[in-house]
Formats: sequence, structure tokens, C-alpha cells
Amino acid sequence: MLRFVLRRLALLVPVLVGLSILLFAWVRALPGDPARALLGQRATPEGIARVNELYGFNEPVLQQYLLYVKALLNGDFGRSIQTGQPVLESFFEKFPATVELGMSALLLAIVVGVPLGYYAARHQGRFIDTAIVSGSLLGVVTPVFFLAILLKLVFAQWLGWLPTSFRQDARIDATHITNFYVLDGLMTQEWDAAWNAMVHLALPAIALGTIPLAIIVRITRASVAEVMHEDYVRTAESKGLSPAVISRRHILRNALLPVTTTIGLQAGLLFAGAVLTETVFAFNGVGQYLFSAISQRDYPVLQGYILFIALIYALINLAVDVGYGIIDPRVRVS
Amino acid sequence: MTIPLPPAQGPFTGNDPSGPETGAYEEDERGLSLWRGAWRRLRRNPTAIVGALIVLAFVVVAIIAPWLTPYEPGSTQWSGEVSPTSVPGPSPDHLLGLDRFGSDLYTQMLFGARQSLVYGVVSTALGLSVGTLLGVLAGGLGGWVDTVIMRAVDIMLSIPSLLLAVSIAAVLGQNAYSIMIAIGVAQVPIFARLLRGSMLSQNKGDYVLAATALGIRRRRIIIGHVLPNSVGPTIVQATLNLATAIIEVAALSFLGLGESDPAVAEWGRMLVAAQDRFEAAPRLALLPGFAIAVTALGFTLLGEAMREALDPRTRR
Amino acid sequence: MTVTSEFLDSSAAPAGVHQGRGNLNGDGTLLSVRDLAVTFGVRGQREARAVDEVSFDIRPGEHIGLVGESGSGKSVTSLAIMGLLPDRGVKTSGEVRYDNENLLTWSSRRMSSLRGRDIAMVFQDPMTSLNPVVPIGTQVTEILRRHFELSKGDALARAGELLQKVGIPDPKRRLKEYPHQLSGGMRQRMLIAMALACEPRLLIADEPTTALDVTIQAQILELLKELVADTGAALLMITHDLGVVAGLCDKVNVMYSGRIVESATRRVLFGNPRHPYTGGLLESVPRLDSPRGAPLTPIPGSPTNVLPWTHGCAFAPRCRNAVDDCRRVTPALRPDGDRELRCHNPLSDDLPDDQRTDA
Repeated sequence: MLRFVLRRLALLVPVLVGLSILLFAWVRALPGDPARALLGQRATPEGIARVNELYGFNEPVLQQYLLYVKALLNGDFGRSIQTGQPVLESFFEKFPATVELGMSALLLAIVVGVPLGYYAARHQGRFIDTAIVSGSLLGVVTPVFFLAILLKLVFAQWLGWLPTSFRQDARIDATHITNFYVLDGLMTQEWDAAWNAMVHLALPAIALGTIPLAIIVRITRASVAEVMHEDYVRTAESKGLSPAVISRRHILRNALLPVTTTIGLQAGLLFAGAVLTETVFAFNGVGQYLFSAISQRDYPVLQGYILFIALIYALINLAVDVGYGIIDPRVRVS
Repeated sequence: MTIPLPPAQGPFTGNDPSGPETGAYEEDERGLSLWRGAWRRLRRNPTAIVGALIVLAFVVVAIIAPWLTPYEPGSTQWSGEVSPTSVPGPSPDHLLGLDRFGSDLYTQMLFGARQSLVYGVVSTALGLSVGTLLGVLAGGLGGWVDTVIMRAVDIMLSIPSLLLAVSIAAVLGQNAYSIMIAIGVAQVPIFARLLRGSMLSQNKGDYVLAATALGIRRRRIIIGHVLPNSVGPTIVQATLNLATAIIEVAALSFLGLGESDPAVAEWGRMLVAAQDRFEAAPRLALLPGFAIAVTALGFTLLGEAMREALDPRTRR
Repeated sequence: MTVTSEFLDSSAAPAGVHQGRGNLNGDGTLLSVRDLAVTFGVRGQREARAVDEVSFDIRPGEHIGLVGESGSGKSVTSLAIMGLLPDRGVKTSGEVRYDNENLLTWSSRRMSSLRGRDIAMVFQDPMTSLNPVVPIGTQVTEILRRHFELSKGDALARAGELLQKVGIPDPKRRLKEYPHQLSGGMRQRMLIAMALACEPRLLIADEPTTALDVTIQAQILELLKELVADTGAALLMITHDLGVVAGLCDKVNVMYSGRIVESATRRVLFGNPRHPYTGGLLESVPRLDSPRGAPLTPIPGSPTNVLPWTHGCAFAPRCRNAVDDCRRVTPALRPDGDRELRCHNPLSDDLPDDQRTDA
């Protein structure tokens, strides 16, 4: 298993190197010269000179690239044009919010999606199956930001059941240790704060989780429908096993293999969806940070974010592959 | 936001419950070619018909938009009637009322369809042609060409496609071409993988072996045998990608990277602009939102139905 | 219920193993199939009758063969007996009499406690019949623990003994492994071990050797024969291979297109086949005692070329003996001397008695 993980990590290296070259080239391809692009509208001649010095923009290209990589390896992902804060620092500050949101969305998608897909597959061709499949199709085609706006309009503004924006009400004086607000509330036993944070999470999580939910429903349904007709399921039935054991051990364990892969892919896509969702709900995470960076043409932030996301995406998929190996013994051997 | 749909069996076709050994009275379909068979299955599939009708309606509206409305798109001649707290609703003059800038909403919606169609088709065509070329080169030539191309594809796939499109749009500036190129390029890896995968799997096929044994040259085998067999899956993927492309165009607009000319009607931007008139006129957000979703639904249904029709496993 | 130990102790007499396991039918049969019919119907399509008018008996310890080409309905028959046909789109009628009750009327819950314990099954393809992601040990112990109240440890110990019994070397290690680590022959041995784990009264083997290498086939058949004899289980052998039946079965039913066309003891059937289909099957099997250079005679046409039974004899389009009636009148299964036969124009019964030999 360790060798498997190491080999996967090794495969990651060329991708990351390639990505760094791409991002390096990207800054140079931006309109205007790179220093101006990195400084934005407030570029002064002195500032440009300073940046040119700092990033070595006057040096030969290869040298510049090596400087860039060296900075990355030292954890220097650049500084924001708007705030002057190191990009990585802002990420770590805001990342817990996005992780909290993303995990809630994914949890929702899995907890609701897998049973729905399973149920649809077991009732193939009946009305309930048609309803679930149609519903999941709607979930797939509805743009995240539209769904977010719709949810906000109906449940926050018209019905007033849930808050429209932010991670927690301002009136709540909560202690923040980890910046995972729900977790903080639970740790400090400030139940009110934890509950308030959860209430604020509800709509964004539903908005962000709908597409993965719909996709998980579809994959689970297709996969269960296929596994159900496998010979080994018939063998299990011929042994007189109870329906619960057949479902759990013989159908689901096999059917969840493709679902696991899908969950990994979706986890990565959540970071793109988070940009849109967090913006609609003014949810102070990396997504919203990136949105403002995009609208302000704050390129160092965008550059850092993409690298950051690629890294996390790769790690998630590595985790998924390891998980896959745990479920499927055939992968472990090869 | 790629939408990787599973090859789900549609709800309407049902699964074949006939267990083992019931071939006795089956209708013989061997006389029909792959394409004719697929076409027949497609015509009988309600999913395909609904999808095709939506797509048809969308395309027709997009094409004849100027003849469906007396007004020019983006004309803000009624801006005097609009205030931050009130936006006039539907009236005989304005079927869907005005938008927040004082344009006719009905006109904007019609021309929005046109914009989506152009963006979607051009960007998908771009992704399709570049992706197909790369995929065929990688799968056909193999060796270092394959390695280089596929590494590049891996790198592109390591970033969510929306962010890829955002970065490209940032480089190219705010104009229509930039959006189309950004979304097109973000689709390249999907087609490259698809083509390479199907070429590799068919390289192992018996008919390729047979053709090679007959001494037919490799290039001829690829052009004459392997490529035609990849056409079906590619068309399916392109149809599904049209849905994704239309959603991504709107998403780019939402992020402020869309078309900068306010005279151009675009559903995504209409949605964004409507956000601060929520209380006063929710229809400003709902109509473009539903338009995007329904159009995407049409392409998705059609694509899924085509995949089903072409899938040999559903053929009996 | 406790596990009887006779199976593991092969020196013990097979008789009596199943005493106290439920009764026989009133007529002394273990399982009696009467007028079984199975119809598949997909919505909006013509119904297909896969099995019709199928009747046969199995007595305790008896070995019955069900022979036919693929598509003849023999597997569907076995799945109907086991209650394993899908609920939807399938209509089953007739009677499967067991313990003086009709299994076809049993609830799925009741059937599931019967399956694996009283009637067990070995399937055709060992490569796909084992769950790839569940350890072998679990797949063997789950059937033991379902039907007997065994602790995990006891079940594992017994599973080890079972694997030993079916000739899998180093069973302790194998129990922790996964199916893909075993060869096809080993997997079939595992399936047999699982099927016989609870010492069923009836074992249904559906083409158990078809998917295996020829060299392995004989070993597996030998193993099946031995174990069935040890446990005293009755055997329903489903196959397209008359060679398999010849060395194993007391009585043979030949099926064509969903119906039994000839039914007789092995001796009678092989010595003098009367149905042209049975005759064709026998002629297409190579025999050691045939003259050198004598050609094999295949049956012309393919099993998909059938006439619906409602219109006449399904075999008529391929039959050398077909007469006009065969395409107009449905033949009935009638007693014909020491056999039952469904044919208008059977092969002649002119062989002198002393030439009737076993195949």
C-alpha cells in the first residue's frame, strides 16, 4: 500500500511541474508586462521596479522560472494586489470556511445520493425510479449560481426560514479556534454559536451539493443496476442469504467502486462551485476571496489559488484511489 | 463545471428483465446497420424526443429572434420607467415587462438564446476539433507524442474546467472571442481523452488486427476503420458538452468575465444584474435562470438518448 | 439446528444424513415438478414462453439429468425451482412440490431460508459467480452462519474443513484470499464447497463444468459425484453435454425449446433414443466405439430456428424425420413403452435388445 501511495505521489510531480510552468507562462501572457499585471492599476514606476527586482523579471526566463519555483517551495505564493497580504496566509485563514461548506455539501450529496440511487435501481422502470432519475437530471443541468440565487430568494427572502448570507450572525460573540465555526462552537460548548453556524451553512451547502448529489444518484443507480444482475449476486441469493446481507455485502460493496471515484472527482469540482456559491451567500471563504480577486484582476491570488486547488485536488484523488484499493482487492495486487 | 454523466440506462427504456435463455422469439435486427438501428431506437425514445424538441425550439428562437420582436436588443429607451424599487411588469407592449436597465425583457431573452447558441456551438466546435486532433495524434502515433499530449491533458484536468476558463479569459481580455476560446480550450482535454481512449481500445479490436494482417497501412486503418467507430461517442460527448458550455458561459458572466458590451443580451449577465432587484422583480432572475437550465436540459437529454441508442449493450 | 458431522467424516454411511430435515412428498419423491411454465413478458412486447409443461420427479439421492442446448429452458427451470427468477416481467405457473407443499407459493422470505440449506445450486461460470471484493472465507462462512447458529470462529474452522474436502490446498491461507487469486477450477471447487456447506437434500448443478478447461472438467465432475454420494444429496444435473449425463445420471430429461421432448432412464435413452432430437444429440457426440473414420453428424440449423409449440413441433424445422403433421399439430408428451416421448414420427425402435448398450 505504501508503495502504491508513493508511486501515485511520484506521478503527481510532472503534473505539478507542468502546472507551475503553465502558471509561470500565464502571468507573462497577461495583458501588459508581468510586473504591471501583478500590481494592477495601482502600479507606480517604483512599485514596478520593486516587483521586477523581487521576482527577477529582468533576468533570463529560465532564471525567472527557477526563482518562481524556489519561492513556491518556500511557501511564497505571492502577495495580493488588493491587500498586500501573502496569498497563502489568506488561504489558510479562509480555507476552513470553504472546507466546512464543501464537506457539508459532499456529505449531503453522499448521504442522500447513494440511497436514492440505490432505491431507484432496485425499482427500475417504476414511477419512483423515473421521478428520481428526472429529478437528478434537473439537478445536473441547473447552474450552481442560479440554484443558489433561487434558494436564497425562496427560503431566505420570501419564507425567511434561513439566513441570506454570512457564516454566523454578527450578534453572536463566538470564540474561533480552528475557524471551522461549527466545530469551534462544539469545542467551546457554545451551542448557540454552533447551531447558528449550521443554520448559515444550510442553504449554501444545498446549493453547492446539488450537482454532486445528482451525479452520485445517477452513478449509483447505473452501477447498482449493473451489479444487481451479476452472477455473484445470484450466487448469494442461491445461498439463501437475507436481503440485507445481499444488498450490503454483495451489491453495494461492488456498486460503490465507481461511486467512490466519482466522489473524488466531485470533491475537486466543489472548489469551482464554491466560488459561485460563496459569492451569492457572502460566505467568507476562499471562493468569495477568489471572486473578488477575479473582479479586481488580482492575478497573484488567482495564480496561487489554482496551484493550491490543483494540489488539493490531486491529494483528494490520491485518497480516493487508496480508498478504492481498500474496497477492491484486485487493485491492491496490481 | 464539467458534467460527467454516467452511462445510465434511461428511465423510459426499462431494463430487460428477461432472464437467461429467452432468445427464441426475438425480432431479428441484424439486417440494420449500426446507424439505422441507432436512429430507429432514438426515434422511439421519449427522452430523445423531449430533448430534441427543446433543442429545436432553442435553435429556432435563436435564429429568428429579430423577427419575433419589434425592438432592438440592448435598447434602454424605457429607462425612465425603471426605478430601484420598481420594475414595470408584463404589459401589452412588453410581454415580459422591462429589465432593470429599461430594456424589453422579452427581447433580451430572445437575443440571449442567440448569444448562448453562438457561444456554445463555437466553443464546443473549437474544443472538439483541437481535442480530436490531439487525441488522434496521441492514440495513433503513441510513443513520446502520446506521453507529451497526455501529460498536458493531465495538467489541464488538474484544474476544475471553470477555473481553467477563468484563467484563459483573464489573459485574453473581455470580449466575445475570449469567452469562446476560454470555454473551448477547457473542453479540449475531454475530447482528447475520449478519442485517444477509443483509438486505443479499437487498436486491440479484431478488425484492426485483420486489416493489419491484410497489409493495409496504418494511416488507412486509422482513417478508414478506427475513426468512423469513434464518431458516435464523439457526437454524444459534443452534445453533452453544449449543455456544459452554455452553463459555463453564464458562469463566466457571473464572475464578471463575460461580454463587456452592455448592449449584448446574455442570460448569465442578466441573472447577475437581476440580483439586486430580487424583491422588486424576481422574474428578472428567474427567467434567464430557467432558460439556461432548460436549454442545458435539452442538450443533456438528447445526448443521453443518443448514447443509449448507440450503446451496443442496449441493442437486442 | 446443529451441524451434522457425517459430511466431514466421509467414512460414515450416507444414508440417514438428512433424517429430520423435513419430509418427503406423499408419493415418496423429494421434489416433484408438475406442469411448470415460465413466461417472460416485457411491457409492450410479445410474451415469450421459456418453459412449458415441464414435469419430472426427483427421489432422495437420485441423480436426474436435464439436457438441452442453450435456450432450451433448462436453466430457467432450475431458477424457477430455486425461486430465483425476477419478480417483475415473469409469470410462473404449475407446481414445484417439496415437503408436501408447493414452493411456487412460498414467500420470498421462506424461500430464502430453504435455499442453500435444503436445495443448493452450483452455477456455470466460476469466474463471475464469486464476489470479487469479499474474502473467500466470508463467502463460505456466510452461508453456514445464515442457516446454522455458528460463531464466527466455528464457522471459519468448518469453512476450512470444507475447502480441504473439495481439494483446495492450504485452506487456512485461502480463506483470507480473494477469488481473483484462485484459478477457475479452484473457484468452482469453492462454489461446490459453498453449495454443499449445509448438506442440502438436493443439489442443482447448472453446467458446472462448461466454463472450465477440458482437463479440469473431469476432475470437477468426479469431485461432485464423490461429494454428492458422501452426503446422500439428490442431484439435478443441467447440461448440454450428454457425456456428462452418461456417467452420472439415473434418469434423463431432454428439453427442446422449453419443453421436455423425451424422458427415460439413462440406459433406455442412450441405448435407443426415439426422439429425433435426442438421436441427433447422440450422433453429434464422438464415441470411442464407432468405426474409424465414421463422420459425426451434426443437427442441421440452429436452436433459434424454431416453430412455436402452439403451431406444431418446435423441432420440426431442423428435423430429418419431420412429416406434415409436425408443422400443424402440437405433439403431446405420451408414455411410449419405458419412456415418455413428444413426437409424431419417432426414430424406429428396431434395435434388438442385446445391442442396447450404455454410452
